[in-house]
Amino acid sequence: MLPRDLKAEQFNAYPPEAHALAVAHLGTLQQLPLSFLPNLLREVIDYDYRFPAERATLDKELTNLGSLSPEQMKEWFQPFSQLTLSSQLEDFNWVNQPAQFVEQLSAFLWSTHQLDAFRKAALEYGDRLRAAVPPEKPATPRLGIAIIGQGLASYDAPLFRNLRAHGTYFERVKPDNGVELLLKGVAGRAKAHPVPYGHWYIEGSHLVDHDPSLTCVSYQALEPVRSALLRNMQGDIKRPGMGPEELRTHMAELTPADLGMDKSGDEVLNRFQVKVLTEGSGTQIFATTFAQWAAREALRRAQPLTMLVRFGPRQRQRPMNELLSNDRTTPAELDLTGSLVDADMGAYYNWINQQRLTGAEQSSFLVWFEGHSQALAIGPSLARGTVSNSPAGLGELLSWASA
Amino acid sequence: MTLGSSFSGTFKEHLTNPREFAHRLSCSRRDFLRNAAGVVLGSALMSASPFVRGAAAKKRKIIVVTFGGGARDQETFAPEGQENIPHMLHELIPQASFFTQVVNHGILGHYVATASLVTGVYETFNNFSAVPPEHPTVFEYFRKDLKRPSWDAWVVAPSNGFNRIGESDYRSFGPGTGARVILPKHLLTAAMSESTTDYTHLLRDNYETPLYTPELVGSEFELQQMETILKLSVDDFKAHAKTLSSPDELSMYIVRQLMRQQAPSLLWITLHDMDIAHSGAYSLYIEGIQRTDRLCAELWKAVQSEPEYAGNTTIFILPDFGRDSDQDSGGNGFQHHRTGDPASRTTWMMVLGAGIHEGVVYDQPMQSTDLVPTLGAIMGFSPTVAQGRPVPELL
Repeated sequence: MLPRDLKAEQFNAYPPEAHALAVAHLGTLQQLPLSFLPNLLREVIDYDYRFPAERATLDKELTNLGSLSPEQMKEWFQPFSQLTLSSQLEDFNWVNQPAQFVEQLSAFLWSTHQLDAFRKAALEYGDRLRAAVPPEKPATPRLGIAIIGQGLASYDAPLFRNLRAHGTYFERVKPDNGVELLLKGVAGRAKAHPVPYGHWYIEGSHLVDHDPSLTCVSYQALEPVRSALLRNMQGDIKRPGMGPEELRTHMAELTPADLGMDKSGDEVLNRFQVKVLTEGSGTQIFATTFAQWAAREALRRAQPLTMLVRFGPRQRQRPMNELLSNDRTTPAELDLTGSLVDADMGAYYNWINQQRLTGAEQSSFLVWFEGHSQALAIGPSLARGTVSNSPAGLGELLSWASA
Repeated sequence: MTLGSSFSGTFKEHLTNPREFAHRLSCSRRDFLRNAAGVVLGSALMSASPFVRGAAAKKRKIIVVTFGGGARDQETFAPEGQENIPHMLHELIPQASFFTQVVNHGILGHYVATASLVTGVYETFNNFSAVPPEHPTVFEYFRKDLKRPSWDAWVVAPSNGFNRIGESDYRSFGPGTGARVILPKHLLTAAMSESTTDYTHLLRDNYETPLYTPELVGSEFELQQMETILKLSVDDFKAHAKTLSSPDELSMYIVRQLMRQQAPSLLWITLHDMDIAHSGAYSLYIEGIQRTDRLCAELWKAVQSEPEYAGNTTIFILPDFGRDSDQDSGGNGFQHHRTGDPASRTTWMMVLGAGIHEGVVYDQPMQSTDLVPTLGAIMGFSPTVAQGRPVPELL
């Protein structure tokens, strides 16, 4: 089936708001090429469980597409229309399984050497869309905070190497009550700018006391969900005919209820957490990867005003000779130094992902080696590529970065 | 494989002309190598064939080392990454011809990309399927044209998914005409199977799909052959394995045994430790690079110390492709190679040993598919179906 053959009843299996959205824009959807449309439907089908920022973006995108003249439609989508797809892709149930379709489309584009053309078309489309519907400016300049090195007594190698060129390195920071102080600062922002899913606290270990207005995700709190997911995956792998792609499809279909999450909880946040675990590679086993990927996805999807990520220690990767000894009675040890290196890179990625959002010129960022005197702050008024050896509190750094 | 890029989002894209980007990578590698290792530009050299000058009396041998799991410049050849590759930098590059710009236009999955390297054709099969390459492999050309026996071409590979890499299903080639394949992890698991404990975790096949291990289908090297071919008892193998920290170290141990006992003329090794980057743990990715750097230097030393190899062996070292750049919003930096961006497609190649100009850097772009025609030109076989071209600087 091709998009031009779409009918309203084909969206009957969509959740209520997604159904209404698709039907309201049916005429627009019918005009889009098959190489493009399922990517859009992948967003539409989850509309009921999307963050407000995502819903607003999708609403505007569909409205904009509906306003294009036939000539503009042709101009915008010609690069997509020029891609050659297979009859198997046309026959796929892409209306109800858009994510799975996109997986298969991706494999097809790679194998037919059309991925570069698709990539170019997608980038051009993104540019056109941003020009036509500029993303909204944030209500207040964004702030990102990364707390790294939890539990590590000392580390001699240089930190924040990727970020130093962009901000000021402080080497005499007062670390007392640092986590509490930073969380208090984040809570203050949440109260001053009460935006749903606008202020996040992602914890790579155990949650510490925090203001209830923050959107929280914790690696330790999700332990039962992670275990349920691993059991689910192991069981699935043993099924006949199961391969990596089938496994990924199966994981993409898992819901919070499948993994034993509380049905009375926040469905939007629960779905987000399930996606972090089912779509993120390594998020199920490494706390550092979980924290980085969760922050990446939260920034990309919820576009928050504030993002505090406290990286926790990950389990140690056991070398082969230890695996051969097969001593499973020993509890998994933590790799504190490796976790700091992971988190240092993760903090850099957090900053990159924050800078991809609107208002990047005014946004600020702080990374701190927990319990120690090293931190780096980036902000509009802070010098770049410099070192400060003046004593400073974390609160002061926050205010300087945000000034 | 996911596209990863939600192009309806609001991220700023960092559009870069792929050709410009590849050239920039090439220049930065060249400048770095000139400063750090004192190498010279290839264009400054006369074009006389080093193979003619360096012709050895013994039969020529070729060893190809590929990395399944690329390493990016910022973790290797860029100034901030050089601490991770001390052996390549100080021991190998001064003796090598270095190609700064090797571009892979194919599918960026490790098995299918290695198959493309092996055939000289961009293979298009599903990366996760246990199928042979569709086009003749370098091993088949080598054995058929030069009338070499089966023991003269071997592959040592990390995962079950690679067990069909030794020969294609191409008409007039195919079963029995290619290389024997050894999967050291598979051997180890078989060796441990008599134990009462469970070693299935050792079979973790690759880091892209860590929980999935494909069934072996084909003529893989069996445990029973270890004693006759490698002259290695199962007990000795197990005992030695218990002293090693990673699958790549195990692979290199098997390679040493092969070199001593079979001395193949064409030996292909794929290393895989650094692909743990897929788990998202940056420190483990760095450890993988450091280990690979050390293992490459150890292999070079082994070549010098083995009478069958010393003086007549040329080693090719190259990643199968790169990894995503930090700047591409469709990816997640070092973790994957899914975007198809220039950083994930552009890598390098180092060649050293018999007949090779030492300490020379070549900026001319080449493709991954040029490797097999180059090997054919050096060894004297004709890869008739390969799409690439011989690299003239090596002829």
